[in-house]
Amino acid sequence: MTVETRFGRYGGRYVPETLVPALDELTIAWEEAREDAAFQAELARLLADYAGRPTPLYHADRLSAAVGATVLLKREDLCHTGAHKINNALGQALLARRMGKHRVIAETGAGQHGVATATACALLGLDCVVYMGAEDVVRQELNVVRMRLLGAEVRTVKSGSCTLKDAMNEALRDWVANVRGTHYLIGSTAGPAPFPVLVRDLQAVIGREARTQVLERFGRLPSEIVACVGGGSNAMGIFHAFRDDPVRLTGVEAAGEGLDSGRHGAPLNRGSTGVLHGSFSYLLQDAWGQVTEAHSVSAGLDYPGVGPEHALLKDSGRATYVGATDSEALAAFRRLAELEGIIPALESAHAIAYVLRGGEGGAGFASDDLILVNLSGRGDKDVHIAADLLAKEGVR
Amino acid sequence: MTPDGMRPGGTTSDGVRPRQQSDGQNVTGGQTSVGARLSTVFDRARAEGRRVLMPYITGGFPSPEDCTRLIASFLDAGADIVELGVPYSDPVADGPVVQASAQRALAQGVTTDDVLRLAAAHRDRAPFVLLAYVNTVLAYGPERFFACCAASGVAGVVVPDLPADEADPLIAVAAQAGVAVILLAAPPSTDARLELIAGKARGFIYCVAVTGVTGMRARSGDELPELVARLRARTTLPLVAGFGIGTPSQAREAGRLCDGVIIGSALIDMVAKSPTVDAACATTAGLVRATRAALGG
Repeated sequence: MTVETRFGRYGGRYVPETLVPALDELTIAWEEAREDAAFQAELARLLADYAGRPTPLYHADRLSAAVGATVLLKREDLCHTGAHKINNALGQALLARRMGKHRVIAETGAGQHGVATATACALLGLDCVVYMGAEDVVRQELNVVRMRLLGAEVRTVKSGSCTLKDAMNEALRDWVANVRGTHYLIGSTAGPAPFPVLVRDLQAVIGREARTQVLERFGRLPSEIVACVGGGSNAMGIFHAFRDDPVRLTGVEAAGEGLDSGRHGAPLNRGSTGVLHGSFSYLLQDAWGQVTEAHSVSAGLDYPGVGPEHALLKDSGRATYVGATDSEALAAFRRLAELEGIIPALESAHAIAYVLRGGEGGAGFASDDLILVNLSGRGDKDVHIAADLLAKEGVR
Repeated sequence: MTPDGMRPGGTTSDGVRPRQQSDGQNVTGGQTSVGARLSTVFDRARAEGRRVLMPYITGGFPSPEDCTRLIASFLDAGADIVELGVPYSDPVADGPVVQASAQRALAQGVTTDDVLRLAAAHRDRAPFVLLAYVNTVLAYGPERFFACCAASGVAGVVVPDLPADEADPLIAVAAQAGVAVILLAAPPSTDARLELIAGKARGFIYCVAVTGVTGMRARSGDELPELVARLRARTTLPLVAGFGIGTPSQAREAGRLCDGVIIGSALIDMVAKSPTVDAACATTAGLVRATRAALGG
């Protein structure tokens, strides 16, 4: 089956000519690998024995009582390395090895994708270089140490806003210069084709498992699925299996200091269409097409673009995209810890915040609602940031 | 960066605003006139036994006023065509030197209109080529963008993140304004891709001399002979080499194979290191003259 390069008018491959042959090669490699039983069996074995899949579906009783509906958490935070990112990293690292590429590069924001990539490369004996913005190197220091411990070289990016966007620019430049022996292991459903499809295919395991688990446990489909959206990989991962079901799909973007504050990471809510990092989608930009800086308390959502399939889901109305602010996310971070003994990643806390405020427009849920939340990562990496900000806000 | 209420094209001077007719260039012309002004330059150079020299500078760097002096100085020193970059926030095809120049221009509020104005100011001396990342073209509105290019003496536009597969819509709009979308070919391009590029190209083909981003290198052009040979078998359009060419001897090597040569990062680096604009004009003019000599003429 061929890999699509467009989602409606979105997607495409807006990259220097130097990279196009590599994208063609990757497209063909993925078309073959995803139909290859031996490849899929090896990936399934690693996901099960190494990454810890299937992840549990947890019925969060106290959170459910607090919001007046049944809330289920898909526990991607329990994956090896602490987030859903490992699903994609293992798949692409296997693909890189199959393609005979011995060097892997990656960009990272929160560091979760960088750690997952460094882990997969250590496992498969591949050289690994991770680009990370200087600001993120500071606020996600723990993950920098983990990557180095895993044998990866972490290169600090000091251009532009010194965050995820700039790390991705620098990784693309590295790929342009070293394209023949290097695989660029993109961590989200963004970037030029085939990455949005490749990453979605590898993350779709989340939704496949969850769909089976919910049906087995409750005998019906969930009424709504909630996931945070930066580039959009955990959201696409859980949405995809439910795309043809009568289920509400809700993506929660980083509203930062407020959707109308000018300081947020919400291109689907407040951006416009254009090209960033190789694909046509929504992004934050000024009237001249200069990409503007995003802001979010969570490094993983601090990105001015979003994957092209989300752009189509927004336009078609199949999914709804809302925002959660920094303070809402921090409050949710703390509340989930208190209610359920689970410390979520600040990224995932945005999805929890939406549930805690009673869903769309704060209207509240019906008592028979079955809300499935993708708890995409755990919050160990965020504890010191959260402590600082909670103290500053006087939250006790 | 953009003042409130300011929109692309909203502050155009007469030079930038599309005109009905512009100096023998048929603004409303079809395919036949596309790239005509560029071909004239290449034909004349060929007749005179020299290669076309195309210095590059980021528009509005180091400041709009100084940039216009540098352009004049390049032309005085023997440039045939000037390539002007529209500064962009996320230039993935560029190395650190060009990136820093774009950041500096953007920090001063330089816009696409400012760059068009720079071309318009010198339009009677030579044709201009713009380098614009695709998002700056889309944000401006492609129809208005290419009309403003034509009205400002811009004969071709290099879009470094627009491979031939994605180029049809912009090629069509540009052709309506008589402007050529300059396509790039690179060492990793397969023969099938070179066929595609040769079939769609107008004006000239930009040969990326190295597998990498822009910037000076001790060695460059090792991959160029094979790329040029494969292109010559597929096109009669002029071939222009760029990326990694920063010295007269590197330009001479590339000029043996190609019809023209672009030097960019070396000039920008000189400007960045110059204490005054006079010094910047003097050192860059020296490099342009020496390169001119290396390319004949």
